[in-house]
Amino acid sequence: MISVYHYMTVAAILFALGAYGVLTRRNAIVVFMCVELMLNSVNLTFIALSNHLQSMDGQIFVFFVMTVAAAEAAVGLALMITFFRNRETIDVDQINMLKW
Amino acid sequence: MEIILFYLVALVIVISGILVVTCQSPVNSALALVNTFFCLAVYYVMLHAPFMAAVQIMVYAGAIMVLILFVIMLLNLGTEEKKRFTHGVVWSALCCFFLMATSLHFIKHGSVTGAEGNITPHLVQSFGHTELIGKTMFTEFLLPFEIASILLLVAIVGAVVLAKKDA
Repeated sequence: MISVYHYMTVAAILFALGAYGVLTRRNAIVVFMCVELMLNSVNLTFIALSNHLQSMDGQIFVFFVMTVAAAEAAVGLALMITFFRNRETIDVDQINMLKW
Repeated sequence: MEIILFYLVALVIVISGILVVTCQSPVNSALALVNTFFCLAVYYVMLHAPFMAAVQIMVYAGAIMVLILFVIMLLNLGTEEKKRFTHGVVWSALCCFFLMATSLHFIKHGSVTGAEGNITPHLVQSFGHTELIGKTMFTEFLLPFEIASILLLVAIVGAVVLAKKDA
């Protein structure tokens, strides 16, 4: 029988993978995709717990996470286009103007 | 039977997650990410949430990934040059390993508690998942729903302003 812990284990592994990608990759779009991976692992946790507790609230929350992810995708990719136009790169190592 | 499907899908999810992180070309990463989204949709169906599975495929695999692929092609990014080995990679691998180890430890030794609702799988099957979600969203969560619509409007305006040629 599949318990909620099985799903949460998969979600934990996915979240750790996404965090590793965010910390190590240098292409800003790939970093962005790793953030999406982390958001999705949290969504899986929400839906598994909502199924386990027989409540609808978790799934509504997933809805809002998806809304924020869509807004983030639109604004983030527009930022990347602007940055590429100015600096001709989206390597996150080159984006260091705010670095002390 | 269900457990075999679960482990199969878990295997595919983890492998495509690793591919997202390790692929040199961003297009390959994006395709692996689409694969992950489809596998998560399978899980949502197994968790008695078919509407969320449909939304996952339409919004994530459909809209967001098309946007990301579009930007990858627009910027015409080639394959990343060979990664130089830095201490940062080792430290982040260690951090993520500890992150995973602690969360797996808590999952293994903890127990789930929370307020139990009354949405049983039987009710979902007889009444319909979409109706149940709509009922909750437009009564209990109406204000957050409206705020989300304003957030989307702001995101549209912000994206247009940022990506404009002579900003």
